[in-house]
Amino acid sequence: MRIGVVTFPGSNCDYDAYAAFRHVLGCPVEFLWHADSDLHSVDCVILPGGFSFGDYLRAGAIARFSPVMKSVVKFAADGGLVWGICNGFQVLTEAGLLPGVLRRNSTLRFACQQVRLRVDNVRTPFTRGCHPGQILKMPIAHGEGNYYADPEVIAGLERSGQIVFRYVNAQGEPDLRSNPNGSCHNIAGIINKEGNVLGMMPHPERAVESILGSADGLALFNSLIGAGVPAVGTDTTVASPLIERRARV
Amino acid sequence: MVMMTGTVIVRLKEGVLDPQGQTIRRALEHMGFQGIENIRAGKTFEIHLDAPNVEAAKTRLTEMSQKLLANPVIETFHVEVKS
Repeated sequence: MRIGVVTFPGSNCDYDAYAAFRHVLGCPVEFLWHADSDLHSVDCVILPGGFSFGDYLRAGAIARFSPVMKSVVKFAADGGLVWGICNGFQVLTEAGLLPGVLRRNSTLRFACQQVRLRVDNVRTPFTRGCHPGQILKMPIAHGEGNYYADPEVIAGLERSGQIVFRYVNAQGEPDLRSNPNGSCHNIAGIINKEGNVLGMMPHPERAVESILGSADGLALFNSLIGAGVPAVGTDTTVASPLIERRARV
Repeated sequence: MVMMTGTVIVRLKEGVLDPQGQTIRRALEHMGFQGIENIRAGKTFEIHLDAPNVEAAKTRLTEMSQKLLANPVIETFHVEVKS
């Protein structure tokens, strides 16, 4: 499987996603530029975290009109895998690839903390290696992650099992205290009806090595690339000095 | 073509919670402003554009609002034009 990570002006988790695939998993990955409509025949497009176009107007609202997004919309319609993380989730809702909207956190504060996610749907390409109800620890870092949709839309998501991740407490219950941003039904991530476009606010790419505080994000990466264990002795070809530094750490 | 000034006001739909408005209200009350029943925060866009007439300008601003300035999931918009 070949992965493409989109870089928008203001993306800041593109290198984290790239490093997770290349250096932790040894999976072929390349960057895709926002102004370039060519997806380079990748099998999965990652829309990374960050603040594309400065979050001007609404988070993700400008990025959705980038040339690359026209191709991503078509790619998704043809069944291609698309994974939006944090700002990428916001871009997916603005682009209409996922229902609803990510509003300002109900606390009005930027939320930067470790959370627990419960995996509520394991019949997706992104979670098929998880067991139902599995709890994953990973960080969130967002000011606008408060998932909102009309009650009928939420009911539809519930009925069709499109809610893939929920914020939960240590017992695995989605209660008020474990909800960091006011999201309806503690929603942390949803998938489209067709099951090929996933959006989530938490950052699995920042939870791929125990030194980062959690390696639980690997459960999703391994589901996606169909691997059982992280690869060792990965390709050391270096794309940039930044990557080289991270690889040595 | 005439230079027009359009104003687009984007508001949260009724029934959508507005924590920002609630916080602004609390701050105003702490400052001693009394009798505030409710505050809803929104956005205003002032747009200068060339158009043959007011109606044409309104049509274009409405299209802009539908496509970009407002998110129909949570927001409504109102367009005004002065020539």
